[in-house]
Amino acid sequence: MASSDDVAIVGIGITSFARSEKSGMDHGVDAVRKAVADAGVGWEDMQFAFGGSSAAGAPDTMVSRLGLTGLQFINVANGCATGGSALFSAVNAIKAGMYDLGIAIGFDKHERGAFRINSKNSGLGQWYGETGMALTTQFFGMKLNRYMHDYGITEDTLGKVGAKAFRNGAMNDNAWRRQELSEGQVKESAMLSYPLTQYMFCSPGEGGVALVLCRADKAHKYTDTPIYLNAAVVRSRRFGSFEVFSRHLAPEWSAGPTVDASKAAFEMAGMGPADMDIAQLQDTEVGAEIMHMAENGFCEHGEQERMIAMGETEISGRLPVNTDGGCLANGEPVGASGLRQVYENVLQLRGDAGQRQVQGDPKTAYTHVYGAPGISGVTILSR
Amino acid sequence: MANQVPVEEGLFTWPSDSPRLLGSRCVDCGNHMFPRQDDCPKCAGNNTQDVELKNKGTLWTWTIQGYPPKSPPYVGDVDPKTFEPFGVGYVELEDELKVEARLTLNTPEQLKIGMDLELVMIPLCTNKDGDEVVTFGFGPAD
Ligand SMILES: [Zn+2]
Repeated sequence: MASSDDVAIVGIGITSFARSEKSGMDHGVDAVRKAVADAGVGWEDMQFAFGGSSAAGAPDTMVSRLGLTGLQFINVANGCATGGSALFSAVNAIKAGMYDLGIAIGFDKHERGAFRINSKNSGLGQWYGETGMALTTQFFGMKLNRYMHDYGITEDTLGKVGAKAFRNGAMNDNAWRRQELSEGQVKESAMLSYPLTQYMFCSPGEGGVALVLCRADKAHKYTDTPIYLNAAVVRSRRFGSFEVFSRHLAPEWSAGPTVDASKAAFEMAGMGPADMDIAQLQDTEVGAEIMHMAENGFCEHGEQERMIAMGETEISGRLPVNTDGGCLANGEPVGASGLRQVYENVLQLRGDAGQRQVQGDPKTAYTHVYGAPGISGVTILSR
Repeated sequence: MANQVPVEEGLFTWPSDSPRLLGSRCVDCGNHMFPRQDDCPKCAGNNTQDVELKNKGTLWTWTIQGYPPKSPPYVGDVDPKTFEPFGVGYVELEDELKVEARLTLNTPEQLKIGMDLELVMIPLCTNKDGDEVVTFGFGPAD
């Protein structure tokens, strides 16, 4: 039973993540309108907002389109955990007893093609970009190559994860890439950064998501199907972890921010990995999904090879992973990506996920984002 | 032969017949860093000394850059007709660190985790003065 200091999600809104003429801000405004309508309230009822965007402008300027109501609106920018950080902040504003009802917003729109990194501004030195090393794709290839070597993950498994993403995305009206691709098509597309091919990577994209949150004891005022937030955690890297754009690695080994965020979230929720019915895991590329299964505690390192061969992470499997097609099918608008995962889990827990609904009456769901510069965000939801 | 210039001063000894990477070592905890920096992320101290890093190591992991990087910032060849994929990896320098570097090898058949490598110079481009710009990388050890 939810206690009074728990937080519930009572309204959700999302825009299509397909490439469009819309601005990033358009995505944010549309998502907010849908979320407040879903909660049966209006923008004027929002007591606070946390808005996140990395490339689409200052979120708080959207009040000139939504209504100048005077609410507390705080902009959040926190790398790839921007959306997760907006949600984390909103949860804690309610938990602290400051507010009863508010909104977390994430949106973005990125130029086509790989992220262009200004290595000089990132403190990496101009030479790092000049010599051809400031590419996130290289990090993913190198982390995965070592992982496959250490734990016996095969290229067939990479292909299977890609094919699953596009199969799930084909059932998602809001996904960007909605065409199914076979395991062979995924494996045989252009090799971008060994062992990763073109269709094994997600692309920077666009989209917006908003979530209306309230004190759990007031949730039934707004909805018959409140979804409770049992944990929202953000963690940064420790010394010795292997992160994107590391010009060197220490001899010491640290497991990374995902492991820390996951452990803290399970502890906060009083649950464990075995209690989760669904998981949305950061899949910047297929290997990330595979490695994150273990880093989040859902299996031992190397066990993924068997689990994926058995179809355990399919929508029909024991632990469905990335039921909406993940970043691979939706693209990665940085500010919106983490909230998209939460949106999908709310749909699934409400039983409203249509064609891709996980059967068996799921009651708990997990989200995980990871990204630059070594940051991870985890949420646990239940109903 | 064109005069060779480093892509940036302070990354490796230059000019030199046997260049070495220029790193830092924390006097308080022994942690090694590359490139040089004053602060130590391991012990949070700021007592570091300059060191030349080992020029031989073993390949810890690798990938192959299969498409031309965006230019800028990349200064090498980005013409899709002539672009040659290049290797990138982390090379473990014993008791020091794993350094991220370009590799002279560029096929999965050639690259093996654990293989012995040594520091070499890799040409990137010709600058406006007609000098050849070079960066550090690793190639097969003799
Ligand atoms: Zn130190």
